[in-house]
Amino acid sequence: MRYTLLFHYQEATADELGPEVLAEGQRAMSAYAATLHAAGVLLGGEVLHTSELSTTVRVRDGVTQVQDGPFADTKEQLGGTIVIDVPDLDAAIAWAGQAPQAQWGTVEIRPGATHLVDGVWR
Amino acid sequence: MSSDEARAAAERAARASYGKLVALLAAPDGDLAQAEDALAAAFEQALRRWPATGVPANPEGWLLTVARNRRRDAWRKPATAPLTEDSSLTGPLEEHDPYAIGDKRLELLFVCAHPAIEEPARTPLMLQTVLGFEAAEIARAYAVPPATMAQRLVRAKKRIKQARIPFAVPDRRAMPERLPPVLEAVYGCAAIAWRGDIGEAQYLAVTLAALLGAEAEAWGLAALTTFTLARRRSSFVPLDQQNPADWDAALIGEAETYLRRARPGGPPGRFQLEAAIQAVHCDRGRTGGTDWPALRTLYAALLTVAPSLGARVAAATVVGRLDGPEAGLAALPGGAGQFQPYWAARADLLARAGRDATAAYREAAALTDDADVAAFLTARISASG
Repeated sequence: MRYTLLFHYQEATADELGPEVLAEGQRAMSAYAATLHAAGVLLGGEVLHTSELSTTVRVRDGVTQVQDGPFADTKEQLGGTIVIDVPDLDAAIAWAGQAPQAQWGTVEIRPGATHLVDGVWR
Repeated sequence: MSSDEARAAAERAARASYGKLVALLAAPDGDLAQAEDALAAAFEQALRRWPATGVPANPEGWLLTVARNRRRDAWRKPATAPLTEDSSLTGPLEEHDPYAIGDKRLELLFVCAHPAIEEPARTPLMLQTVLGFEAAEIARAYAVPPATMAQRLVRAKKRIKQARIPFAVPDRRAMPERLPPVLEAVYGCAAIAWRGDIGEAQYLAVTLAALLGAEAEAWGLAALTTFTLARRRSSFVPLDQQNPADWDAALIGEAETYLRRARPGGPPGRFQLEAAIQAVHCDRGRTGGTDWPALRTLYAALLTVAPSLGARVAAATVVGRLDGPEAGLAALPGGAGQFQPYWAARADLLARAGRDATAAYREAAALTDDADVAAFLTARISASG
């Protein structure tokens, strides 16, 4: 069963965090990824740039509207995703609880309904 | 055998094993709604077949097999369920004799009380899937419209299936957060009591306490439900008019043993306090009187730990006994519009105070769905008038 972990947290620039905190965060993220991989549950993951670099696109009445900024103007922003394949929700909750992002933000667990294999929805 | 006998046998099997069968049927894919439908169909088939064939030696196994076959048939119809990789899998429990399996109901209880299930749905979900209550009965007990309750149950079942909440008893690390909602739910089962039979809830409570071993509140709940079972009777008589000789002394002894096994690390929790209140009432069998001051103390503690509407009403009746009915009336909580015990307590206090209790008795009688209770309350109108 596939679950996507969505990491929401308050954004901070590298300068705001400082080199030590940044290095510690990266170490924790690497360890987490290595642990997921070693357990054979990791399908993929992505850390995103901050939402000030977001662009949104909508097509309304045939007109494409492009806008700067994220989809939702909230204090906590989507900062990254990891997709895992585990037997059930309890396993997903256990992995979410081990994510470093759970310490400084919120991890949302969403079960996957379908996914792409070679360009086809499965 | 007659169709009445077949119905009685099917109902016995239903009462004894409904939750276990639902748990077994739903375990492979977590689809509670499908499991309940298949089981309902199996019961229907039993009612048609058993009058002719007699009740099978293992009615539970018969029902399980028929329900499983129905589920397989359902999988074969692409209209009802797309054939996915999952539906070709059979669960590890698929080929077991149900008697060879431990009590699956406990797993089901923990599924229903999973933190990923919205809190208001947990107890209703258990009442329906573990004990076989109708959604309408549950809605009445919770004083919400039937459609609201039905929606709540459907949403929760969808979540169990789609988010794949596992059928497993959580390990000891998760127990502190996972246990309270389970206890609440079993308590809910006892409070609503399927056709006046709280044996099922008592069995679940004792099994849960024994399984968990050292959980004080689980033993408190086991004691509470056992006290209630000990005082169970076929017709309604208010507690203070019951003859202790009619109570089951062996069960009272059992309940007291359970309460002694609850060794809380901190202050006693809600279920231990409620069990202690029951113990005081049952002690009337030994001493011939009710220790009202002890009840006042216990209710004060209970209202600190778990200030429910029911506890506030019961505490007011104790005040009525100690400080007089007018003080009891003053202690009744407000905002209890549709809460039957409030009107019953209010009517009793008004009658004791020598005031007109007719309207309150009428309201209390109208709000109960137990014909016995309604008859008792209606009879009180003329007695008190």
